[in-house]
Order: sequence, then C-alpha cells, then structure tokens
Amino acid sequence: MKFIDEYRNADDSKRIVDKIKNILRHNWYIMEICGGQTHTILKYRLEEILPEKITLLHGPGCPVCVTSVEFIDKAIQLSFHKDVILTSYGDMLRVPGTKYSLLYSKSIGANVKTIYSPIDALKLAKDYPDKKIIFFAIGFETTAPATASSIIQARKMGLKNFFVLCAHVLVPPAIEILLKSQLTKIDGIIAAGHVCTVMGFKEYIPIAKKYKVPIVVTGFEPNDLLLGIFMTVKQLEEGRYDVENQYKRAVREEGNMSAKKIMFDVFEVVDRKWRGIGFINNSGLKIKKEFEDMDAEKVFSLNTQIDEIDTECIAGLILQGIKKPVDCLNFARKCTPENPLGAPMVSSEGSCNAYYKFGSVKINN
Amino acid sequence: MNEQININSCPVPQTEYDRILMAHGGGGKFSKNLLEQYIYPLFDNEILSQKHDSAIFEISNTKFAFTTDSFVVNPIYFPGGDIGKLAVYGTVNDLSVAGAKPVFISLSFIIEEGFPIEDFKKILLSIKQATEIADVKIITGDTKVVEKGSCDKIFINTTGIGIIENQIEINPSKCKAGDKIILSGSIGEHGISILVSRNNFELETNIESDTAPLNSLVEKIINVSKNIHMMRDPTRGGLSSCLNEIAQSAKVGMLIYEDKIRIREDVKSICELLGLDPLYVANEGKLVVIVDSKDADLVLNTMRQHPLGKDSQIIGELIEDQFNLVYMKTIIGTTRIVDMISGEQLPRIC
Repeated sequence: MKFIDEYRNADDSKRIVDKIKNILRHNWYIMEICGGQTHTILKYRLEEILPEKITLLHGPGCPVCVTSVEFIDKAIQLSFHKDVILTSYGDMLRVPGTKYSLLYSKSIGANVKTIYSPIDALKLAKDYPDKKIIFFAIGFETTAPATASSIIQARKMGLKNFFVLCAHVLVPPAIEILLKSQLTKIDGIIAAGHVCTVMGFKEYIPIAKKYKVPIVVTGFEPNDLLLGIFMTVKQLEEGRYDVENQYKRAVREEGNMSAKKIMFDVFEVVDRKWRGIGFINNSGLKIKKEFEDMDAEKVFSLNTQIDEIDTECIAGLILQGIKKPVDCLNFARKCTPENPLGAPMVSSEGSCNAYYKFGSVKINN
Repeated sequence: MNEQININSCPVPQTEYDRILMAHGGGGKFSKNLLEQYIYPLFDNEILSQKHDSAIFEISNTKFAFTTDSFVVNPIYFPGGDIGKLAVYGTVNDLSVAGAKPVFISLSFIIEEGFPIEDFKKILLSIKQATEIADVKIITGDTKVVEKGSCDKIFINTTGIGIIENQIEINPSKCKAGDKIILSGSIGEHGISILVSRNNFELETNIESDTAPLNSLVEKIINVSKNIHMMRDPTRGGLSSCLNEIAQSAKVGMLIYEDKIRIREDVKSICELLGLDPLYVANEGKLVVIVDSKDADLVLNTMRQHPLGKDSQIIGELIEDQFNLVYMKTIIGTTRIVDMISGEQLPRIC
C-alpha cells in the first residue's frame, strides 16, 4: 500500500535504529502524545529494538480515555430521553461513566448506535425525522472539523432533529500542563501527525522554546516513529529544541486552512476537564451561540451533579506518562479488557489496552 | 487549571454483567466466558468437553460428527453470498474441520412477519444451490414466524451430521511443538464485505465474501496425510481467535509470521481506514491446518492444487510455551503477542 508499506520495511527500521545508536550518548525520556502512536509502538514492539537509554513515555492522546466521566454520564442520560437515538464512535460506547457504559445502557433499553462518522448521524436524522439524533462528539483537533462540518451541513439541510453533545479537546494546552508538572519527566516530544495535519505546527514553536523541549511532528507507521525518535534524539544530543516535521507527506506548517476555518466558525475555546488530569484552561471546544439550537447540553434537560468515585485505577498517572501500565498492580490481574478498571484498558487507543494486547508477558491471577 | 495530579480518576465499571451484551456473541473472550461460566459446567459430558466445532461420537462402529449453528447476518444479501448460502456452508465447514464428510443437514427458519415471499424464495434457491455444491441433503426442518420487530428479517439455524470414514483423528491433544500452521488463503474478506454492504460509509470496493464449502478441500488433504492434527475455519473473531483457541485447547504456543499472512490490498486499505485489525475480521471460506512438519509440504502442495487453497501458505509453527500464547514475528522483525479478540471489533456479521 502506497505511503504505508514503505514505512514498515525491516531493513529501513534497522538502518534508523543504527543511526540512533550512533548518535546516542545520554539517557532520554521521549513522550509520544497520540494513542495511535502508542498503539504502533506496542504493536511493532519498537522498544525491543531501541537502545535502553531511550525511555518512551505514553501521553494523554487517547480521545476516549480523556473524555470526562461527566460527559459520559450526560450521554447516558440523553440516551434514555424519549425519541432519542444517541450515536458515537465504537470505543466511546464501551467506556464506563459513573455507573456503566453506553453499551450497557443499550442493553437495558436505550437507543444507542455505533457510527463511523458524524455524516452517519446526519443520515439518521434525515431518515428518521420523528427521532432526535444526538451525536456524542469526542476527540482532538483531528475529529473536530468533521463535527463542525456536520453542524453546518445540518443547518443547510434544514434538519431540526440533529444535535451534538460536544466534548472535543485540544492538544497543545495539555502538552503544556505535562511540561509544567514536576512529576512528569519529558526531554522530547513526538507530536501527533493527524492533529498537525489539521492544525499545522506553528503553535508548538513557542512551547518548544518556553520549556526547552524538542518537538517532532511524526506519523504513525513503525518507521515514522523510529525516524521521529531519531530526529528528537539528534536535537537532544545537539542541545537544540526546535519543532521539526518528520510527517512531511501529510503535514504543512500552516495545517489545513479550510478545516481550521470551519472548526472555529462553529466552536469556541473553553476550559475543559480531562479525565485523569483535571481542568485545563482553554483546552476544550464548545458550540458557539449561533448554533446552540443543535447543542444537546442546551436543548435537553440534564442532571449534571456527578461525583467521581475513587478507585484503584491509576489512569491519571498513566495518561501523563508518570507511570507505565505495567507499573500498576492491577494491570492484567484485576484489570483486563473484559473487566477494565479504567478507560485506558477499555479503549483500543488506550495505553493499558495496547500493553495488554501486544505485551510480551501475561500475568496470571 | 489543575497542577495537582489526580490519581484515582476512574470509576469502577460493571465487573459482572447481569445482561447479555452484543460482545457475548462476538466469538472472542466474552463468548468463551459465556460457554465456560454457564454452559459447559451445567451440561458437562465427555462429548461436549471435546470443545470441537463438531461433537464426535461413535454408534455401532461408525464415527459421526454432529454440529449446529444459527445465522443472523445483517444484511441478508452481501457481495459474494447471502444468509442462505452462509447457513449451509457454515455447518458443512464445521463438520469438515472435524475430518467428517457432511451428509445431512436440517434447516430451520425464524421469519419476521411481513418478510417478502420473493426474498424467501430467493434464499431457498440459494440454499438449494449451496446443498448441491456441497453435496449434502436437507432432511428435516422447521419454520416459525414471529411478530414484526421480534427478529431482524430472517434467522436460519442449520444442524449437520457427517461421517468420519477414515482412521484420521483430528484432536488438539495430537498437536505438538514443531507442527506447521497452514492457512488456505487471504483473510478478512467476509467481514469487510459485510461491513461495506451495510452502507455505513460510501466506499466502492470489489470485495466479496469468501463464503465457500471446505469439504472437498479437506477431503483432498485427509487423503494425502494421516498426520493432520487439527483443523479450524477462522470465522467469528478471525484468524487470531481461531489460533488462540487451538493454542489453548492443544496447550501449546504458536509463532506466526506477519509477512506470510495474505491480506488483499483493498481489505488492508479499508482496515487501515477504519482502524480494524484484519487478524480479527471474520472469514467464511478459509481453512487453518495444523500438520506434522514432515507432511507440511505435501499438504501445502495438495491445498494449492485446489481452487479454494491456491493461495495457501505455511504461516508459522507450534512452539513450546507455558502460557499457550500466539506470538507474531512482525514485518520489522520484532515479536509481539496476538491476543484473542475482546468484545466486538465489528457489529454482528455472521
């Protein structure tokens, strides 16, 4: 497959790893932000071929894992409203709120549907005019333009039964929180290629300078990751902290201007609570006033009094790269994909799920 | 802004499910738990505990294989097949991988009120054609009609009986380290064709389901080798669940090679696009054979001479491993675990 197979070539992997070994002098901690990249790292067991001096930290880039419990509980409440069909992406349906998940609410009578894109939700709204279709919109800058586009499309189509529960979040403010934290040890950052495809990478330049941390925009294939790690190590060994682009085949510095425009036509930036991390200033997207007739939070009555329950899950530490899944005493013992204690074990982009699925050791109870 | 680290951040979800979820029918760990927690302990006997796709037993010195399966696929017509064909071939294949020659099948319908007679006739004709191709006879059946909304269009159950004519014993206990794993062709076509034909997204593809009867392919290889230790057709849960089931029942490990597993380019592209792993996508006409290494080339060449096995490959071997896991040598040379599917990767597909 063009643009994929050539980045999964074993000879190239070996050449890149040799290049890393040749320049590596010190121990470095490098964080990949995106859950998709964590998945590739574990799926191809990149740590098996990387030198021990490089420690990879897995960041908060799983859109499902960072969606707050409050939002999931709101979605569950909405799914039981009369004539509502609640739609969202598959993994989101599996993650528990305070009590249970959307999939479980489906099994006890709520009308919940898995969709692959907000366009599917629009189609449902058109096909079932007597139902209220709510799209539970989650994810980073990667999925936000599609949600924005569906809202504009619904307005153009004159649909009165299409609504969005908007839980979108933004990546750069979360990176800053991690870099400020005394508990996180990050020398360099692998930035998520898909997010930068939309947003470009200009906003990373002041972050790299302020925190003296090199940032390399990187793709998702194994050799993309190895190259991104090489470029980060090279900067670190040379004492530089620039923003560089490994993923040139998809990412331009200014990003995708039309996607950005549509996003900010529909959404405005607000403070947002992240699961496991807490409130982060200016890290969320909210539907603007002129589209609030489609904002599910405005249109439907919701009880928002939700108390988070303390459990043994250390998802917060894992999402921030402070602990690895295997550092958790419950990992693969009390916490498995069939019986998850937290979102990172449920979601296919979650670190714990990737460690469990592709890990080299299974621990029996 | 929160500078403080929130350690206890996730609520405990349901640990025990008091209801059946879609995942319980997905062919992975949830399905396995349902069987092992509720069904096997209650009905325990020496034939059920074989845990084969077919039950094997002997009456008056004749060895029989007996199996049953229900088909609830949505949509009922898809590129390369339909629910009728699937219902015949699914049961034929469950008998075939037990080393049996399929002979008789039963045919039961549960039909939703309002289902068009024209569609019913079309499905019956498809079933007739499939029984002729697979050389089996329908000898009994049943028809029930339920109120609109009580089932999704039409459900079909088929039960099959086959005869094991030769001395071959297909049994996980015969598997041992060193045996080779042969896969009869490319994977993922059935699951992806169903997904695309559900029309959830606008994709134009030529991917057809691989729905096919495996009995003639199985007959050919049984005739050339007495050293076939295990066979399976990787349906729900895909190749990964099939290999994990064999590894666990045979109490061995497996090492497979990513570059030996054939996946069509278009199947691969759609999987990439949707974030699916083809190893977990269902097949309906593929065969996995575990064979003694001394007969591996002979069986491979025999399979390649059959139209359904022309793309056969040795994809790996059995190894000693106390955890009975399936390991994969990736295309970049590292080794990872291939786990059984947990929950559902795709909505209901077979």
